[in-house]
Amino acid sequence: MKDIAQKVLKGDARAVARLITLAENNDPVATEIMKEIYPHTGKAHVIGITGVMGSGKSTLICELTRAYRKQGKKVGIIAIDPTSPFSGGALLGDRIRMNELAMDDGVFIRSMGTRGMLGGLTSAVYDVVEILDASGKDVVLVETVGVGQAEVDVIKIADTTLVIIVPGLGDSIQTLKAGVMEIADIYVVNKADRDGVEQAVAEVESLVDISSANKERKTPVLTAVAKEGKGIKELAVEIGNHFKYLEKTKEFDKQRRLRYEAELVEIIRKELMNFIFDESTFKEKIEDLLDKISKKEIDPHSAAEEILGKILK
Amino acid sequence: MGRKIRVLVAKPGLDGHDRGAKIVARALRDAGMEVIYTGLHQTAEMIVDAAVQEDVDVVGLSLLSGAHMTLFVDVAKLLKKKGMDDVLVVGGGIIPEEDIPKLKKEGIKGVFGPGTPCDEIVDFIKKNVKK
Amino acid sequence: MNDEKEIKKKRSEWEKEYYNNHIKKHPERKDKFENLSWNEIKNLYTPDDIAHLDYLKDIGFPGQYPFLRGVHPTMYRGRLWTYRLFSGFGSAEETNQRYKYLLDHGETGLSVAFDYPTLYGYDTDHPMSRGEFGKCGVAVSSLQDMEILFSGIPIDKVTTSMTINGPAAIVWGFYIANAENRGIDRRIIGGTIQNDILKEYIAQKSFIFPPEPSMRLIVDTFEFGSKEVPRWNTISISGYHIREAGSTAVQELAFTVGDGVEYVKWAMKRGLKIDDFAPRLSFFFNAHNDFFEEIAKYRAARRIWAKEMKKLGAKKPRSMFMRFHTQTAGCTLTAQQPEINITRVALQGLAAVLGGTQSLHTNSMDEALALPSEKAARIALRTQQIIAEETGVTNTVDPLGGSYYIEWLTDKMEEETYQYWDRVEKLGGVIPAIEKGFYQREIAEAAYKYQKEIDDKKRTIVGVNDYVMDEPIDIPLLKMDEKGEERQIKRLNKLRKDRDNQKVERNLNRLKKAAEGDENLMPYILDCVHSYATLGETCQVLRDVFGEYKEPVIY
Repeated sequence: MKDIAQKVLKGDARAVARLITLAENNDPVATEIMKEIYPHTGKAHVIGITGVMGSGKSTLICELTRAYRKQGKKVGIIAIDPTSPFSGGALLGDRIRMNELAMDDGVFIRSMGTRGMLGGLTSAVYDVVEILDASGKDVVLVETVGVGQAEVDVIKIADTTLVIIVPGLGDSIQTLKAGVMEIADIYVVNKADRDGVEQAVAEVESLVDISSANKERKTPVLTAVAKEGKGIKELAVEIGNHFKYLEKTKEFDKQRRLRYEAELVEIIRKELMNFIFDESTFKEKIEDLLDKISKKEIDPHSAAEEILGKILK
Repeated sequence: MGRKIRVLVAKPGLDGHDRGAKIVARALRDAGMEVIYTGLHQTAEMIVDAAVQEDVDVVGLSLLSGAHMTLFVDVAKLLKKKGMDDVLVVGGGIIPEEDIPKLKKEGIKGVFGPGTPCDEIVDFIKKNVKK
Repeated sequence: MNDEKEIKKKRSEWEKEYYNNHIKKHPERKDKFENLSWNEIKNLYTPDDIAHLDYLKDIGFPGQYPFLRGVHPTMYRGRLWTYRLFSGFGSAEETNQRYKYLLDHGETGLSVAFDYPTLYGYDTDHPMSRGEFGKCGVAVSSLQDMEILFSGIPIDKVTTSMTINGPAAIVWGFYIANAENRGIDRRIIGGTIQNDILKEYIAQKSFIFPPEPSMRLIVDTFEFGSKEVPRWNTISISGYHIREAGSTAVQELAFTVGDGVEYVKWAMKRGLKIDDFAPRLSFFFNAHNDFFEEIAKYRAARRIWAKEMKKLGAKKPRSMFMRFHTQTAGCTLTAQQPEINITRVALQGLAAVLGGTQSLHTNSMDEALALPSEKAARIALRTQQIIAEETGVTNTVDPLGGSYYIEWLTDKMEEETYQYWDRVEKLGGVIPAIEKGFYQREIAEAAYKYQKEIDDKKRTIVGVNDYVMDEPIDIPLLKMDEKGEERQIKRLNKLRKDRDNQKVERNLNRLKKAAEGDENLMPYILDCVHSYATLGETCQVLRDVFGEYKEPVIY
């Protein structure tokens, strides 16, 4: 295992990939290695990208990565797609939109399914960010599933969160109005060559005015045509500005603390759930309890108390 | 949720017939696997690079243009070279019966010709993927 | 005289009294009978089903608007469809032999299949060409290969169709140049280049450049063709590949004719007069399994096209009638029990003929195994000859016209086509819909649904999921010359040494400048071709100027 840790720190792609798999599968071997590499994390700038399906996230990420590569930066990309709740499988379709980044060994792309986790991320994402960080990536881009009212977990992990909107998709702005608007550190109106771009920009700016009213920093609203590479340089600059702002105002420490809290909670949650569900008596009891609940012989709360009571003893 | 079988579905070379690859990708997803489809016009290097980063359990190659003896073998050889010996390599498309033993010798463990039901591919993968 | 209202009433009674009682004791084989577009087909069609049709207005006479019953007044009584077998493999020499064989056996038109490197505009020695030489068609990297390909073949008397899209203009250049070098005037050569880039984006995927420059090149060929090569069909607007990618018959119809309208609009935007180029537009459809659906599809296509061309201002009848080539559906042929594919192809070919096709390719029984062997190709050709000479279907024009089922289905498919066009309009038009992945999504969904039905045994494919045999496949397969690729590369290297390289470079540079502007590129391409610039070299110039297309991927 020493072997894998050392290789990861050197940036060996195979080792990085293997470790990600182990972490994703909750392999205890991974936990040990994660402990070893943790001291080497914290350098990478973590950028979360969210936006509705069709907003061009993958293309934007591809272009942004190319810009970072020109600056000599190494980039890690985590592309998350929904796992089917019915089959448990997933079509991980973001990598295919980044074919231009193939064969560049300064770029590492990993596709992941949400595997049952809500919030737009996957439960292993904290580990994967740290693995990419420790392996020498300067920037880690996390592409989430989409933006809806539940998919706001990205702010827990990202230093900088981008929300991508497209003109003409009225839904995206509605969703923003529904309460997701505060998560953005930067807005990008992509596909800005389409009709309705001025309107979209205006709508977002008015939301920004309201939400930034009492804050130090006004969230910038940028435009881009990602597939033509337009607006990407400006975006990279704004991201850089945001990072500087975080460092200057100590927001950075606060942000990182939030991330570690979310990570800690997630690890504990997973451990507890695994513990409970692995407990043999639970497996025996659950069917029995479900029968009783269906027949109204017991209510769900009391049933839970029964299970927890046994474990917490 | 525990471990998932991760599959890379790839179209090597210039062949543009992607109907089968897309159908198989969906079928594998419906069978609970995580599927990454590379798209068209992949070189062996691109396919293996993706296989490494995605740490896949299976690489599935689809080809209808007749160039399989060159291109499938290129991929199998390169996977071995990169130390990905335990990856299950399977292929499908227009592949004459007489080429199948040669492909198997080069490491393409399963070859699925026209008319193969999707279930057969799913079962083969589940049975032959490394544990 | 038919009183449709009375018939409808009596039909209802018949159903209640006889039909329903009968099926109580003898149930039908299925709950629902659907065709391949998942349209439900009734137990019986009667005059009231087509009461809304006016014979003179909606059905009419062959050779007259709306051309539903056929584009010529006599159809096959006057001239049979062209027997045109798509073929090509290995080197130009090998394919030349096959063309001569087929012509000897009664083929009446040639059709060229190119290998993948050629389809993508790469020479045989390009890195991306590795392993692909001659595998699914003939390799043509230069004018020299074209010379060998047609050596000893009377191209002033027989027409040639070439399935080439991205680099179509250049390959057409090879053909024209070869003819001229043989003393044959460009004004008398006849043939077709597929040259349909929209369906490449949608289905076949052998695109090179992005939509705008591709459309520019296509309109260049329309313009050049109408002035310089008047007997040439400069486009074959195709549905075959869309169908092979998994679409339904309605989608094939709607997407193809929709593409056609788009090409006309682009040409008119350039300033071309519709009656100047429209007569040389041609189409290419699939002949799939559902016999009557295919026939209705071809008829609906003719009527829709006539209507649309009239709307766009066409005045000449030749601008309004749709001529098409048909190919039987490759995707329906099986590797298992390959001989039975002969039967499938015969039935599919028959549907195409009853639908009024102008030319026909019948697939070979070894379709799912390899490129056609000589014997298999010959049997496919004989299949057409039997349909033409022995079945009697050519004795009258549009024999199924007036069938209650056929006229109803024709009408229905036309209606559904317009529904699809509405959806495309709402997405902003054909090219925006392509970029949004609309067509690709529809096709992928249909393909998946169809496959599921087969896997679930809801749809029977004889020999595959029913009537299965464990018999080893025992038919002779085409063997290609292993040394072909090496020979080709040697030939290319010699060509590059022997030609006047300064001239080549000059011509390529002039092409580059012209491509950056908006002149018609055909004359510049012909200059490059005549100086033996290779396909790859010429295409690279265009790649540099136009860029390459990246497709939005939809499962």
